[in-house]
Amino acid sequence: MSCEELLRALNEVIDDASALALYTEFADHLSGCNPCQLVVDNVRKTIQLYKSGEPYPMPAGFQDRFRDALRAKWQARFPNSKPQS
Amino acid sequence: MSALNEPPVEPTEDDLELLRRAQSGDFAAFERLVGRLQGRVYAVAYRILGQAQDAEDVVQQTFLSIIEHIDAFRGESAVASWVLRIATNFALKVLRKRRGLPTVSLDDGDESFASVPHPEFIAAWREPPDVLAERAEMRELLDKAIAELDDKHRVVFVLRDIEGLSTEETAEALGLSVANVKVRLLRARMQLRERLTRELGDAATRVVPDHQHS
Ligand SMILES: [Zn+2]
Repeated sequence: MSCEELLRALNEVIDDASALALYTEFADHLSGCNPCQLVVDNVRKTIQLYKSGEPYPMPAGFQDRFRDALRAKWQARFPNSKPQS
Repeated sequence: MSALNEPPVEPTEDDLELLRRAQSGDFAAFERLVGRLQGRVYAVAYRILGQAQDAEDVVQQTFLSIIEHIDAFRGESAVASWVLRIATNFALKVLRKRRGLPTVSLDDGDESFASVPHPEFIAAWREPPDVLAERAEMRELLDKAIAELDDKHRVVFVLRDIEGLSTEETAEALGLSVANVKVRLLRARMQLRERLTRELGDAATRVVPDHQHS
């Protein structure tokens, strides 16, 4: 297997824990190829970093307007239901 | 616990139960459902659009539309992925409007693997992601790097890797084939890897790939 082929299969290597066990050629290539090892590691860390990022808080000023809009829409959609505040 | 750190879209009974109650006219249940999901909807919209005001509009449009079409949910997918799909479509509309295009170039044919750039700067990162995540300047770097992606690559990365939708759910949300989602995801991952590793990699560990000529 070449680096090129490993790159093509990178999503599977990253996403599918069983891929490395299933396709021994991936594991064989990786164990002998430092650049590919690093690329896989870099991509894993990139995803991890984005996932672990602080959430974006919804602006507090928006929250009130948003609730009012929902309430008004709800009353129009379900005129018989009485949303209590 | 923050919304983003919650486990990715799994059909939680809670969401479903709240939605069922909302479908029968229970506003309190609907509000609770909104409370559970609004943070993720906002984060997805913010990441796709890079701007708070537009992200707010998407949040509002999404949940108003859900009230309007509350009976449309049939339970084929998790409530959260249904909601994220609706939100993504509103976000795409904003992109279209911004670009002055009738359609955002999400469906401009299949991309092939040949368009995926080869890695160039390959090095070990100086610090692990959990340490990096604590750094104040990291948010700016992450936002900048993701904003540099083409819309069509960014949207896939946000849904699949950040929000944890499956490849199939992402394809469905975007009206793309699974194969197309995969190649766009790879493209986004490689571009972000390159960008972040140039900033965060330890140059002393840099290696030169041997597939320069392939
Ligand atoms: Zn290799």
